[in-house]
This record gives sequence, structure tokens and C-alpha cells, in this order.
Amino acid sequence: MSTPATHSLDARGLNCPLPILRTKKALSTMGAGETLAITSTDPGSLKDMQAFCKQTGHELVSSNSLQGEFVFIVRKP
Amino acid sequence: MGAVEKTIPADLDQSRFDQWFDQRFETKMAEREAAHVPSLSIIATKGTLDWAYPPFILASTAAALGWDVSVFFTFYGLELLKKDLHLEISPLGNPSMPMKMPFGPKWLKDINWNVPNLIMAGVPGFEKVATGLMAQTVKKKGVATIDELRSACIEADVKLFACQMTVDLFGYSQDEFIPEIEGWIGAASFLPTAQKSDVCLFV
Repeated sequence: MSTPATHSLDARGLNCPLPILRTKKALSTMGAGETLAITSTDPGSLKDMQAFCKQTGHELVSSNSLQGEFVFIVRKP
Repeated sequence: MGAVEKTIPADLDQSRFDQWFDQRFETKMAEREAAHVPSLSIIATKGTLDWAYPPFILASTAAALGWDVSVFFTFYGLELLKKDLHLEISPLGNPSMPMKMPFGPKWLKDINWNVPNLIMAGVPGFEKVATGLMAQTVKKKGVATIDELRSACIEADVKLFACQMTVDLFGYSQDEFIPEIEGWIGAASFLPTAQKSDVCLFV
């Protein structure tokens, strides 16, 4: 990860669809061009986050999994 | 695709016109698709704890994706709009429902207690036990409660409609229900909404 995200969201321990709902909520408070780092443990969030970004026009900057945790960086257009 | 001429070319013959029209049509359709807001209509007819999940999960997720969402609650589904949610789960007539312990060591939690339906029907308080077990499982697994999902829907502007006929039929009064209900309507009012939506589900 080159630049740290401007906002972060801890969605660990939450299951579908909560990580997406919290992500949407967090993004709505942010300005254009800002980035959000989301940490989750729900394996479904890997596919869901891609679908969410594709559908809503957000950019999925990166998506990493590390020891059962997933870290996503999402940029608001 | 290159820029499409917006005016009809002067040297118009049939084949040139067809080519121009096809390109223009494609551009217009692409614009239309890009501007289209997807929509979802759900008809929620069941009022048990397990069946409360699908409509609220789908509605809140669709709203998070930016979709336009309407849910019509009818018959037992109306229970899901009560101010005080007292949803229970019934294992009776629900043969594929796994019966598992939410606590204890892993080997114990992994056992699927195959309780015959007939016994479930006969044991008093079985539904309370099953409801308690499910509530614990939901909490342990980080799944949202129905209350949370319903709030998420309201926050995301999901339109919740209640069936007026059901209210009359079961002798409810409107003040037993949450004030965020968008309207008290009938099938004739909801069907046109359902007709126009991209996805329509009966749950």
C-alpha cells in the first residue's frame, strides 16, 4: 500500500450484509477522492466488496487477505 | 466507438442512414443504461424470525448498492413492521432447519440434533428454545439482528409499505407499527411498483 487511507472502518466479526452496509455509511460521510480502509473477517466480503464497488462506481484500490482478515481500500469518486 | 454525428448527414442514402442510426441507437442505449437506477420490489409474507432475514438483508443490501427498493408487507409479514418485534422461529414444518447448539466445544456445536418434527410439535416451549438458540447463534456469528437490518433499511430510504387489508383482517391498529411506514396500501397499489422494478421477489 503506497498511500495510507484517509478513513478506516473496522468490520471484523460482522457478517453479510453488515460490512457492506457499514462501508456504504462510512463512504457517505467522506469527500470525493478520499479513501477508506475496511478490515473484515467475513470471507463473503471479498466478492461482495468487488460487486459493491462495481455497482456504485467506487474504485477498489486494493484488496488483500492476511491470516483470515481482509483489508480493502476503496476510493470515493 | 468514435463520435457519432448528431445531425442527419446530408448525403443520406439508405445504407448510410442505417449505419448512422445503428451507431446513434447504440450510444443512446448505453447512455440510458448508465443512467438507469436499478430497482427491487419485495413482497414479504412471513413473520417468523428465520423468514424475517431474507427481505431485510436483500432490501438493505440493494439500498447500499444504490438501488431503489420497495417492500410490501402482507399477511404474517406485517409482524416485521411492529414497533415491538417478538419474532419467533418454528422448527415445526421446517424440516431442513439445522438444530445446533450455539455454545460448548466445537464437536458439540457441530452435531445436528435431528429432532423429529412430531416431537417438536408435542414438546411445550420448544419454539421458545429454538428461538433462544437462534438468537444466540446470530449474535455469536456477527449476523445483524432484525432490528438492526430494519433500521438500516429505513436509514437507506427503503420504502416500507404495509398491507391495509391485513391490518383489518387481523384486527391490528396502525399505532402498533413503526411510524416510518411509507403507506398503507393494497395489492392494486403495489403491483404497478412491482411491474416497473427490475427485480421482484416474493418471500
